[in-house]
Amino acid sequence: MSIAIRSLTKTFGHFTALKDVSLDIPSGELVALLGPSGSGKTTLLRIVAGLEFQDAGEVCFEGEDARDDKEAARQVGFVFQHYALFRHMTVFENIAFGLRVRPRSKRPSEDAIRVKVTELLKLVQLENLARRYPSQLSGGQRQRIAIARALAVEPKVLLLDEPFGALDAKVRKELRQWLRQLHDEIHVTSIFVTHDQEEALEVADRIVVMNEGCIEQMGTPEEVYHRPASAFVYNFLGDVNLFHGRVEDGKAHIGSITVDLSHQQPQDSEKATIYIRPHLFDIHRVRTGKNSFKAVIKRINPAGSVVKVELVSEWGGLVQVEMTQERYRELALKRDEEVFVSPKEEKGFFADYSI
Amino acid sequence: MAGGAASRFAFKTRAGSSARVIGEPVWVKRCLIGAALIYLSLLLFTPLLIVLVTAFQKGAAFYALSLTDPDALAALRLTLLTAAIAVPLNLVFGIAASWAIAKFDFHGKNLLLTLIDLPFSVSPVVSGLVFVLLFGAQGYWGGWLREHDIKIIFAAPGIVLATIFVTFPFVARELIPLMQSQGKEEEEAAIMLGANGFQAFWRVTLPNIKWGLLYGVILCNARAMGEFGAVSVVSGHIRGLTNTLPLHVEILYNEYNFTGAFAVSSLLLFLALVTLGIKSFIEAQYARQLKESQGS
Repeated sequence: MSIAIRSLTKTFGHFTALKDVSLDIPSGELVALLGPSGSGKTTLLRIVAGLEFQDAGEVCFEGEDARDDKEAARQVGFVFQHYALFRHMTVFENIAFGLRVRPRSKRPSEDAIRVKVTELLKLVQLENLARRYPSQLSGGQRQRIAIARALAVEPKVLLLDEPFGALDAKVRKELRQWLRQLHDEIHVTSIFVTHDQEEALEVADRIVVMNEGCIEQMGTPEEVYHRPASAFVYNFLGDVNLFHGRVEDGKAHIGSITVDLSHQQPQDSEKATIYIRPHLFDIHRVRTGKNSFKAVIKRINPAGSVVKVELVSEWGGLVQVEMTQERYRELALKRDEEVFVSPKEEKGFFADYSI
Repeated sequence: MAGGAASRFAFKTRAGSSARVIGEPVWVKRCLIGAALIYLSLLLFTPLLIVLVTAFQKGAAFYALSLTDPDALAALRLTLLTAAIAVPLNLVFGIAASWAIAKFDFHGKNLLLTLIDLPFSVSPVVSGLVFVLLFGAQGYWGGWLREHDIKIIFAAPGIVLATIFVTFPFVARELIPLMQSQGKEEEEAAIMLGANGFQAFWRVTLPNIKWGLLYGVILCNARAMGEFGAVSVVSGHIRGLTNTLPLHVEILYNEYNFTGAFAVSSLLLFLALVTLGIKSFIEAQYARQLKESQGS
């Protein structure tokens, strides 16, 4: 079921949670609402679910306003951040709940309910836990039961509020791959809220980046990562180094280096903020060409797939550089060494030249 | 905190001695327990014992006579009737109020909370007087009530009203913190799964609060049967008609019939012990259920 959101506005007292937000979600997609806390992403999700009411604007399912079409509104499944499993019911009864509360005429028989619940338990790979209580399950298991419970009523839309927020890093990674596979199997239109950019980039078909109640950008993970529409998006989607410099003729001048910004066609500015990702720098032992600056290595963290090096530049600011393990071994860097840092040729820089 | 506890534990196993590290010396423990026991026996057990001893001072026959006295039986009936009306009403009100306060946001929520606490903060005598001022012969609605031949003050309805007023915080006060700590996500989940409001309440909210609710009802009932101040003001002390058990005890006592007074008191004591028994049972059940749902 496709979802269309038209100029939604929502305020809580003096706080504006959503400002005139419009969004189209095609049927069958897995969409991430990504943003820092307070950006309005959960409010947006709760309004789509019908748990919260907008001050202005509308939410349409298949072109029908959700407030007029109660039947469509009922086809929304919601998975809560803290699962909200019914604590006094077994896993089986939790999943069966949505079927048992149907009006008598539409309620499936006891046998049909058992078949359906067993099928869902198999789908979430927890067949042997039917008789347990929620408090006897691990966080990851609870989350999968919560998803099974939401799917029991065969929703046309599945909404997940920070689905992996309360889990530890390892389980989180497993579960988001599992969610991706599940979505590929059942293809129900899904929206999930997250503040973890890695999660959004890895799982979603499409990412909606939100900030202060507005949508900053919407696009595929590739689009938002490589062609950010604003400094906020660039900043939020990965680690950045922040520099202050001067923009002239499409080039940013930061200290002794010059960075090409011509693809962004920036206006000239005396005081510009320029963001550069750590992996877009390289380190040399000798000055290569003019475009580099002197820096002293303060910290090296070689644990992980890339090596993270923290330096203090010649003008006193902290600079972070990421390099491959091969490059690190080749350079044999040590603490307190003086080296030269230069930007790579790639065009990944972003300037916020309004300031 | 967890880290601290864990390292303490590690220390304990390494050192090999257990109680030393985290407990108090034995003599401190004994002194504290002893002091608590002496305090309790002086203030609680001794009076209870005296009630029973005095009640049987003139023998079992007199005891039985005091209890089967028509006035005493009438007082017992009125007490049970009052509790039977006040408790269910406060049960319904308590659930409704705590449901509203815990699950919804609305203007005047704090005012409602304050109103619920009002009977706790007002002296029972004042509560009784309020009803006299409203329904009494000289009160606001006294004239109208007399014209329509309705008696509230110095009659059973006044006693029931005063009791309802005095006992109305018990259920709500028990449930509000419980419901607030449980949040409203489970109810929202039920609604999202297609349940209507009643189904969400009956299948999700009620099972989650049932032990707290029973506990509140027990406390409410104990107070309803034992209330003296407010009831004393509105009752009029008409023997066999508007006396509850606590009032009957007072009358006997004022007539220097100490043995009779204590005999009837022992009846109240018995009701209190039954209440405490049920309360302990409920607490044990609740603890057992908690353990069952948490242990694997």
